[in-house]
Amino acid sequence: MSETTSAEFFATLLMQGFAGISLFSVLLLMALGLAIIFGQMGVINMAHGEFMAIGSYTTYILSVLASEQGWLDIYFPFSLIAAFIVAGVAGYLLEIVLIRHLYQRPLDTLLATWGVSLILQQIFRSVFGAREVSPELPEWIMGSVQPGEGIDIPVNGLFVLGLAGLVTAGVALMMFRSRWGLQVRATSQNRLIAGAVGIDTQQVDRITFALGCGLAGVAGAAFTTIASTGPTSGSLYIVDTFLVVVFGGAASMVGTLASAFTIGQAQSILEFLMTGSMAKVLTLVTVVGLLMMRPEGLFTAKVRR
Amino acid sequence: MTSLLEYYRRIPASWRGLLILALVLLVVFPLLMGSFRLNLVGKYLCFAYVALGLVLAWGYGGILSLGQGVFFGLGGYCMAMYLKLEASDPVSTAIQSTPGIPDFMDWNQLTELPWFWEPFHNLPFTLLAILVLPTLFAYVLSLAMFRRRVGGVYFAIITQAVALILSTLIIGQQGYTGGVNGITDLKTLEGWDIRTDAAKTVLYFVCCGLLIVCIVASQFILKSKLGLLLVAMRDKEERVRFSGYSVADLKVFVFCVAALFSAIGGALFTLQVGFMSPSFVGIVPSVEMVIFAAVGGRLSLVGAIYGCLMVNFGKTYFSEAFPELWLFLMGGLFIGIVMFFPNGMAGLFQSGGRESLKQLWRGLIHMRHHDRPSPRVDEASLDSSLEPRS
Repeated sequence: MSETTSAEFFATLLMQGFAGISLFSVLLLMALGLAIIFGQMGVINMAHGEFMAIGSYTTYILSVLASEQGWLDIYFPFSLIAAFIVAGVAGYLLEIVLIRHLYQRPLDTLLATWGVSLILQQIFRSVFGAREVSPELPEWIMGSVQPGEGIDIPVNGLFVLGLAGLVTAGVALMMFRSRWGLQVRATSQNRLIAGAVGIDTQQVDRITFALGCGLAGVAGAAFTTIASTGPTSGSLYIVDTFLVVVFGGAASMVGTLASAFTIGQAQSILEFLMTGSMAKVLTLVTVVGLLMMRPEGLFTAKVRR
Repeated sequence: MTSLLEYYRRIPASWRGLLILALVLLVVFPLLMGSFRLNLVGKYLCFAYVALGLVLAWGYGGILSLGQGVFFGLGGYCMAMYLKLEASDPVSTAIQSTPGIPDFMDWNQLTELPWFWEPFHNLPFTLLAILVLPTLFAYVLSLAMFRRRVGGVYFAIITQAVALILSTLIIGQQGYTGGVNGITDLKTLEGWDIRTDAAKTVLYFVCCGLLIVCIVASQFILKSKLGLLLVAMRDKEERVRFSGYSVADLKVFVFCVAALFSAIGGALFTLQVGFMSPSFVGIVPSVEMVIFAAVGGRLSLVGAIYGCLMVNFGKTYFSEAFPELWLFLMGGLFIGIVMFFPNGMAGLFQSGGRESLKQLWRGLIHMRHHDRPSPRVDEASLDSSLEPRS
């Protein structure tokens, strides 16, 4: 008797741990784009959540088209790419129209991009309606796998986890192994000298911002497998995402990874013990408390202070 | 008439704006408006307290707080708790399973008053709590951060997180706080019915009076050496630090003053509107409060009041007449102010519009020839970075 309960307990623990891991992957996907834009460029983009929603809505449109054509089984990977491109192009345009005029005034950027997020929310509401939509998902993503007795691992969680891993690896490769990454890091370390050695810093800014927004789009597309999308769903996660990046140490990719994991696990474990809202409050209070004691975050980039 | 003008000239220039504001609030509005509209203005003026605090903290101190709703809410909830306890005497709540506790507690199966509600039976304690609790919270919050030299956008993000935490907490703890509906059905203050038109008119004048007191206090702060130091700190923080001043203490002080003003506004809001809810605490209202100050002009105490009134009237009008348009307008307002009118209406007014139009023109030109370096739109730029941009 006691053996079955301990097995059940183990299964619950495993499933709860997995819930934490899928929260971690979602946070990581959302935070990656922000880590590039905020961490590398120092730009606060309060409309980041709305770029996520752009990705989600792109997926929704593609799913409508795909269900007309009968391509439901295969459209999803393409929708990820489409979400990346649409959100990336939108980000590129935003950089040209607004962001580049405000690089010297971070607080003003914050307010202006908040304005952008309000406008985007209203556009979503006018075009797609105030109700939440969800794309029709392919069959293969909906089920769950059962590696053992009483253990249920949802496939969409695994999918998001895999995607987060893939995207993180891709971003890390680009940042630390490609010529473009070198230019980004050079520009963020010393803009003047980077320009002096022949890097087109404006172009670097533009591409970096577009890439960050594109990653937000991918996160939004992946998010449709977990929850539905409404006009304001982007703004629900923006503060959490910023906290993930700040808590990890703004300029550190490893830090973002670690803090997304810590926050995701902490929240899902606490959710097991108390109500969802209290778990969130407790997690956020802890993060804010830790940030007050150690403002530079978990991992610091090597900078002179 | 000439003698009136003569008197007007004798007033120091810096007090003229305040005099005109006082006339508008205390004479013109009450004469022109019925009690419904006047109550509406009174409600908006509560947000003007927050905007006033933001002018001090953000405009002069360079500290942008995106969590002023927290202090507004704390002040408002303190007031609401007192009024709610007075409204839930054992006689009028006799149908509840536990008479004598607020109705929402009864709905949530609470059988006795939580300990932190107990002291709010007492009016002097409540008034003290309205002033002290939010200020103390602001002190603790800001001291830890400013001592460690956290500023700028980090501070903004953390204050925003605090707003998220408090609103989530209030919504989650329904039995103790009234949840998402907030604390409603407030009736009397020491037996004085606050729902009547006469009471609302009295409260309007109280609100205006206290607001003017707050403006005078702010003017006093800015005129003193402290105000000078604030501006110096905003523009060249390192230089002030090396001159031997404690930058952290200055920042903490101005942030606490802003929090205190917000809390007073919150308490007056509860009194005039008759309820308090988490929808005035969270992130969205907190950021909206910043635009009140920005529209009026982040460097103008009086301007913040007008800005607050304008945005709120605009919001009421547009969100009823053209609900789809309102968010576009609001978003456009955020972008437009930041890009073209960093000093808001006050900046437009002081230069007779010329300077700002020139600014707008330069901005538009700049958009076409974007490879030229950006003109410093705002000489009191909030950024301390010295690196020129290529």
